[in-house]
Amino acid sequence: MNTMAWLVKREYWEHRGGFLWTPIWVSAVMLVLTVFGIITAEVVRARVEVNGGVPWKVITERLTAGDLAQAGAGLDVAYIALAGILCIPLFFVLFFYLLGSLYDDRRDRSVLFWKSLPVTDTGTVLSKVAAAVLLAPFIAFIVATLAWVGLLVVVAVWAVAHGINPLPAIAASHPFGLFWRMLLTIPVDALWALPTVGWLMFWSAFARSKPFLWAVLVPLFVLIANSWLGMLGAPSMSRSFLVEDVLMRLLFGIFPGAWLSGDGLDLGRHFRGIGDGAEVLGVFDPARVYALLGTAKLWIGVVVGACLIAVSIWLRRTRIETST
Amino acid sequence: MSAVVQARGLSKRYGAKVALDNVDFSIDSGRIVGFIGPNGAGKTTTLKAILGLSEFDGDLRVLGLDPRSQRAQLMEQVCFIADVAVLPRWLRVGEAIDFVAGVHPRFSREKCERFLAGTKIARSMRVRELSKGMIVQLHLALVMAIDARLLVLDEPTLGLDILYRKTFYESLLSDYFDEEKTIIVTTHQVEEIEHILTDLIFISDGRIVLDSSMEAIADRYTEIMVNPDKADAARALGPLNERSIFGKSIFLFDGVDRANLATLGEVHKPSIADLFVATMKGTYA
Repeated sequence: MNTMAWLVKREYWEHRGGFLWTPIWVSAVMLVLTVFGIITAEVVRARVEVNGGVPWKVITERLTAGDLAQAGAGLDVAYIALAGILCIPLFFVLFFYLLGSLYDDRRDRSVLFWKSLPVTDTGTVLSKVAAAVLLAPFIAFIVATLAWVGLLVVVAVWAVAHGINPLPAIAASHPFGLFWRMLLTIPVDALWALPTVGWLMFWSAFARSKPFLWAVLVPLFVLIANSWLGMLGAPSMSRSFLVEDVLMRLLFGIFPGAWLSGDGLDLGRHFRGIGDGAEVLGVFDPARVYALLGTAKLWIGVVVGACLIAVSIWLRRTRIETST
Repeated sequence: MSAVVQARGLSKRYGAKVALDNVDFSIDSGRIVGFIGPNGAGKTTTLKAILGLSEFDGDLRVLGLDPRSQRAQLMEQVCFIADVAVLPRWLRVGEAIDFVAGVHPRFSREKCERFLAGTKIARSMRVRELSKGMIVQLHLALVMAIDARLLVLDEPTLGLDILYRKTFYESLLSDYFDEEKTIIVTTHQVEEIEHILTDLIFISDGRIVLDSSMEAIADRYTEIMVNPDKADAARALGPLNERSIFGKSIFLFDGVDRANLATLGEVHKPSIADLFVATMKGTYA
């Protein structure tokens, strides 16, 4: 196994809690809540809304109606929902992972141990980038997939209890098509996330204390100063540009699918349509997703992110002390 | 035989403060060098430069490499223990061994496990569950299992109890050190390392004030214990330092004939600590 693989593995060891256990717990809670809801609905025989992201009502109504294709689409939406819900904890995990990535080991001085090994600073920093944009989303996605398999079991048990054969509905869903289509969004997410990754890592490598405050307050300050200049009638940048193309890209780019909104491709509107039985697979059609690679916005972000990461590598060489 | 460390005109500034002022020194293979100096004298700055952990001015070669630009390559041949307790607290013992074995081409897992076998450290334990002494044992086991040419120790036994301090240096000498290896060590507990050192470098205010082998020091410096009636005669010979104990005076001489001194009182070999105090006189004033 080469050095890079060991470095990524080390990141996993250190952040198993965030990378593995957080998605597992969130998914488990989702499934348990769904089961609770179902049991409640069965016991009180009322139209209790079962919710928690999984469109249970849609699935059961269609199953009962014998509308198998639509029930299958409901299962597909449930898959997307289970994967989508994990994007929220993943965002927080990654945000704080990146802010601490080049700071925490300086604070506890363990950087001196890592630096006593024949590993380049470039390798170290890039392994942390890879862990954030590839490994963590991949683990979360696998967990979501397993959670969906768990949901299928729940659906099957419910259907059998109601005298319905669940197999045709399951056969009508698209687990494999969705699996690799959603998997293929991870590289695009990774490219889109680079400015945020670089920005957070830069402050993590640079700050002598409180990287969080620097990373968050600097763009906010710029935003406020810009509005103030605008109010005075001095030359200022457009507020929407600063918010959407700077602030969002520097702080929220690591949210998976952050490019779904406002990218001109209008994937967002398409996504909102699928509850009505629109073609589910189309949402994550690779041709549609990878069209993002043809946009200047993505590549400008990649360049900015790469520069910030390069500066972080340079800072990592000799900046090993913190003020605490 | 080329020098393991070769410094010429090594300088380092932190703003207006000069931490290292045009320092020259050279360390040969197979030596154990004590780097001794008061706090803030430039010891750690020098070690950091050797390890490629900081920028510096001047010329510095470590094993023929430039520590700034060839650090990763250098670290295959150089090990260091910077301080106690720098092992990350979340790391498991087994993971630490796996990781070092994975990234270090000169690490021997068998050796490391042999060193750990004599301790109470289990592979499933996390560093945070270990005592300070055990962390040092683990770190030492990891480092000694690496066949490196230069080992740098910066206050390796700080805060350890005497038992661990003693075994630390004992195992270093018996299981690790040989003529192919070089050790540089800084410590405040000079008396504990003086019998293992082959060379001594005193550093004060960013300058080297003494750089000598232990044999040369034994030849050069003499300490005598003198009764009060002969004290003036001893003072006339120009001692480096004078202190008194139990009514007798103890003088430290640099390069004065030993046979001559023997007529004045009892002759001793000075300890490094006494030599250090005499050399650094005035530094704390």
